[in-house]
Amino acid sequence: MPNKGLSFLSALLFLAVWQGLSSYLDSNTLPTPATVAVVFWKECRSGELPFHLGVTLLRLVVSFIIAMGLGCAIGILLGRNKKLDVFFDNWLVIFLNVPALVTIILCYVWFGLVEAAAILAVVVNKLPNVIVTIREGTRTLDPDLLAMARCYRFSRRKTLIHVIWPQLHPFVMGATRSGLALIWKIILVVELLGRSNGMGYQLHLFFQMFDVASILAYTVAFVSVIQLIELTILKPLDRKSQQWRR
Amino acid sequence: MVDIHVTINNKTFATVKAPTIADFKLSLNSGEFVCLVGASGCGKTTLLNIIADLDHDYDGDILVDKQHKIPKIGYIFQNPRLLPWRTVRENIELVLEDQHAASTIDALLETMQLTQHQHVYADRLSLGMSRRVSIIRAFAINPDILLMDEPFVSLDPPTARQVRALLLQLWQHRPHTVLFVTHDLREAIILADKLIFLSATPMQIISEISVPIPRHERHNEQAVETFRQQLLNDHPKISQLL
Repeated sequence: MPNKGLSFLSALLFLAVWQGLSSYLDSNTLPTPATVAVVFWKECRSGELPFHLGVTLLRLVVSFIIAMGLGCAIGILLGRNKKLDVFFDNWLVIFLNVPALVTIILCYVWFGLVEAAAILAVVVNKLPNVIVTIREGTRTLDPDLLAMARCYRFSRRKTLIHVIWPQLHPFVMGATRSGLALIWKIILVVELLGRSNGMGYQLHLFFQMFDVASILAYTVAFVSVIQLIELTILKPLDRKSQQWRR
Repeated sequence: MVDIHVTINNKTFATVKAPTIADFKLSLNSGEFVCLVGASGCGKTTLLNIIADLDHDYDGDILVDKQHKIPKIGYIFQNPRLLPWRTVRENIELVLEDQHAASTIDALLETMQLTQHQHVYADRLSLGMSRRVSIIRAFAINPDILLMDEPFVSLDPPTARQVRALLLQLWQHRPHTVLFVTHDLREAIILADKLIFLSATPMQIISEISVPIPRHERHNEQAVETFRQQLLNDHPKISQLL
């Protein structure tokens, strides 16, 4: 496959540029790929990296599920109900535009430096995006198919599963992908500000010690995990639900 | 099977001032195949949507067996409206409530010559096949009344003829009260027991004419054409209409 070779080549080029730059600069602030790999291996052996990565991933999964579930429900509701949509539109705009840092600080101030506050902060940041995406998707639902479902007396459940959900699927996948990226960026800030474990907390420590090699090692680990999620969960899900297309 | 009486005093869309349908009365006897013939845009689809309970915004009354209840509707829309992400068989199964209808579906698929294609996604069917599936779907629920909104439009003539023949075969197997909308007089004569001619907006009935050609003579194009000419000569109003 020439495409596979091409993407392998591009990865190789990336590493080469990195290696070249760091040898040329010869500075502690840009360690070579090899140094990062050694640190990565040491952190894995000591159990530090898996632990903090695991904690962060757990937070990611919990807040992701809450945000997607709530977001889909509210998004469909607003997309289907014009009055509700008009009423809550302003709220949505407000929540979309509150800076992530502000919600995080407010959550910690109001609810204390606890796990629930951390999760809540992430959910509040992500939720409006999901709602907006799903609402747009719901507005594009085919009225002909909905009329058919009504005419043939489909129950609400049946309509949702067989008529609405398949049409929303591309929007849900879009919200999932952008959501994962957004959530994991916010989660690190949440951890940095008010938790004593997780990737964000660790990165904060490394920052204070100017330990760039460790920072890069953790970054590599995280990017790999997200790629793994994409390849093993999202891509197959996409393929399965799109197989009806010509 | 049931008798159905439709009265629409007034149906006016919010976007237009003049009523689309006014002082309209229609009675369907049980088991009758009725064709509504009228120019495009005269309000035929609106009428079907009102009967199908998809449009509540009108002043009027629908009586099923002299009661105010919503009849069980099998609606064959102008576009097939299948769920593209479900297979042919799943599309039919979805409209059925009980899960033990396999033999009904098998028989219907067989009659419509779709047994081979039952596990194909609806998205991959040709238009003629999609139309056949939507016909099966409507028959499958054993409806009080079958509504058909120009179901053969935009099919090429041989395919239209084939699907029409299959439809008639199915209907003779399982008689239902049918309300069939078309603007093709020849098609109407081939299919109907009774023709109802409709005026332009506001839609009203111009005349009701029974088709005297016996069922087994309907494939005789000469007989159909003769009746059509006679109809147009006897009723100048109708020839204006079409």
